[in-house]
Amino acid sequence: MRREVRFSGFGGQGIILSVVTLGRAAALYDGKYAVQTQVYGPEARGGASMAQVIIDDAPILFPEVTDPDIFVIMSQQGFEKYGVHASKDAIMLVDSGLVHSRPDCRACEIPATAEAKATLGREIVANIVMLGALVASTGVVSRDAIEKAVLDSVPKGTEELNRKALMRGFELGEEACKL
Amino acid sequence: MTSARDWLRTDRLPHIYCTGCGNGTVINCTLAAISGMGWERDETVFVSGIGCSSRAPGYIQTDSLHTTHGRALAFATGVKLAKPDLNVVVFTGDGDLAAIGGNHFIHACRRNVDMTVVCMNNQIYGMTGGQGSPTTPMGAQSTTTPYGSAEAAFDLAELAVAAGANYVARWTAYHVKELTKAIATGLQTPGLSFIEVMTQCPTNYGRRNKQRRVSDMIEHMRTHALLIEKKRRLESEGTPIPEGMFTVGELVRRARPAMGVRR
Amino acid sequence: MSRIEFMQGNTASAEGALAAGCRFFGCYPITPSTEIAEHMARKLPKAGGTFIPMEDEIGSIASVIGAAWTGARAMTATSGPGFSLMMENLGYAVMTETPLVVVNIQRGGPSTGQPTRAAQGDMMQCRFGSHGDMATIAITPNSVQEMFDLTAKAFNLADRYRVPTFVMSDEIIGHMRERIVIPDSVETVSRPPLAEGELPFAAGDDGIPGFAPFGTGRHVHVTGLTHDERGYPDTTDAEAHDALVRRLYRKVESARREMADYEVTNPDAESVFVTYGPPSRTVQQLLHDRQDEGVGHLRLRVVWPFPEFALQEFADAKVFLMPELNMGQMAREVERHVDQPVIPIPKLGGELHTPAELASVLEAHR
Repeated sequence: MRREVRFSGFGGQGIILSVVTLGRAAALYDGKYAVQTQVYGPEARGGASMAQVIIDDAPILFPEVTDPDIFVIMSQQGFEKYGVHASKDAIMLVDSGLVHSRPDCRACEIPATAEAKATLGREIVANIVMLGALVASTGVVSRDAIEKAVLDSVPKGTEELNRKALMRGFELGEEACKL
Repeated sequence: MTSARDWLRTDRLPHIYCTGCGNGTVINCTLAAISGMGWERDETVFVSGIGCSSRAPGYIQTDSLHTTHGRALAFATGVKLAKPDLNVVVFTGDGDLAAIGGNHFIHACRRNVDMTVVCMNNQIYGMTGGQGSPTTPMGAQSTTTPYGSAEAAFDLAELAVAAGANYVARWTAYHVKELTKAIATGLQTPGLSFIEVMTQCPTNYGRRNKQRRVSDMIEHMRTHALLIEKKRRLESEGTPIPEGMFTVGELVRRARPAMGVRR
Repeated sequence: MSRIEFMQGNTASAEGALAAGCRFFGCYPITPSTEIAEHMARKLPKAGGTFIPMEDEIGSIASVIGAAWTGARAMTATSGPGFSLMMENLGYAVMTETPLVVVNIQRGGPSTGQPTRAAQGDMMQCRFGSHGDMATIAITPNSVQEMFDLTAKAFNLADRYRVPTFVMSDEIIGHMRERIVIPDSVETVSRPPLAEGELPFAAGDDGIPGFAPFGTGRHVHVTGLTHDERGYPDTTDAEAHDALVRRLYRKVESARREMADYEVTNPDAESVFVTYGPPSRTVQQLLHDRQDEGVGHLRLRVVWPFPEFALQEFADAKVFLMPELNMGQMAREVERHVDQPVIPIPKLGGELHTPAELASVLEAHR
């Protein structure tokens, strides 16, 4: 089944890396197909950054995202620019401390940044928390695959921190999305 | 050891240069300097752009790249960096080097790629029939400066010094011994060596600028060339330098980091 | 061992070049091609090659031509504005039969246009962009895998035919990431060597002279002027010029069957899409969704020289539909070769046609 995932937030949150990691998980560790794209250009600097990935069991022909099934939104500006038009049957994970609006579709509130700061001591892994929550709540890739993909794309020496962030994300995803 | 004659592509002669043109002298001095280096023809590549001077590689019996207008140094950079074992010599002219190729000129000097660049500066676009170039003196006549050139001329050698070339000298087609020696020094110096040669174009410059005879042009170069050492002395004494003089000699010899030096 | 990666198209193109033995890259940064240069900057020195940032695209293509004459496989990557600057020296490369590869990650033009959005607006420029008559080779990937495969292949075509070869990609394929299998090695074709006693620009029946790299004692004079078989300028003889330009043209055009590379789907169809590059994926999606044998698809991987015989494979075709990310550049070429109507479906702005958009055009012309 074709699933389209869109991430948005602000520069520095690791939005693009998260989506690339998700694509790697699907394409390298889950035996699926993935096409990852992102917004380039001056508007991507400072303002809202956005990246997307299509994941499918079959080869992906049309490579553009038209109507995402899954949103991960990590800033208010990102919501306004890339989340506000989510279709009614989509699911949206929002970083509840950073995004004030809520969509018309089903929303999961993940306090990723607050959690990363409080529990893990490093705000920088908020995106990994979100990835964990996304995988736990949607099953778009397997937990095993995302763990491998996260561990082989993070800087050396930060593996344990990122693994913890991912695990915490799994828990938050299970709780918030009431699976 | 080879002689200059051994380097000529004899089946290409006669050449296209006008009677009295200084380019043959410059080619001869360059080949004499190269012969003196003991370089092999098989290991030497000549590169040029477009213009009278740039026809020179076509008369030399080596691999040679006669390229597009102004771009010789960029082509030569590719040759030298891809195969540093080759000796690379570039022939160019004032229009080719300083007008359309000005950007490549300063960047080649900045990179200090290990090659020798011989610029035949006749202060005019000769091949296209005598248009003003970036080195046409203020006030000089050309087909595009019929009221006298209103622009200041470039000092190519000073430009090369400022841009970073490791060796820079200027002589004239009159000073054959000094020129040959300067080219030889350039060939020996790692990095970019730039030798500017003031040369006569009787057909398109002299004729329009009160130097009708070739000998007038040679005489002008002889009497207006001012040794760099003398110029510096005059300057330090506060003695005014007469109008219309240009410096000759070695402007710089240094050892900035160079690229493409044979390993 | 081949390896599997999740890679960006531009990176894959650079990897394909490295696998093909590219050892010289002249560079001037330009969006959206820059990742190719950045990857080469990291990898080429480790592979024993030379990476040189030049002062502009005129210089970068000039350096590539110079390097190619030393025998190296040499390339550059650019996008529209840079490609325009390269045109004069690309004509020089055609005239001097210099093998080289240019990857053009096309973006919206004219002028600076849309630096970060895709287009296919340079398809005519890569064929006719430099002055004078010439023939070149252009290939059009539609996936990250093909960015690798076709960049490697481009070096073979360039070397085999001694002509500049263009990988005409675009921002969509250049910037997307997909799964890619990187093989252990790729097939390589060498430049035909210059036989002993043969003149450097004398060609056999295939129109392609042997190549003698600089430094091998053959004393080749290379000039962009009209030249004889020795390489010596001969600029006023009408016959010499006629013979040279016809040979340069024919050596590529007459080999279009041997270098043809295309896919045919539903050859009995009456409505036939003709595509190259990423619009082919929209058509593939449409055909996959509809499972309708009445709709055919010709997908070109080699666009120039244009394989007009591929159109004949659709014997029952009543209409050719051409989605392109331009105003209909290749549609004009197709129109030249067929009697049936050719419907251009231009899309500008940087996004692909959606399957629904193509479906509605299809219905309107059935």
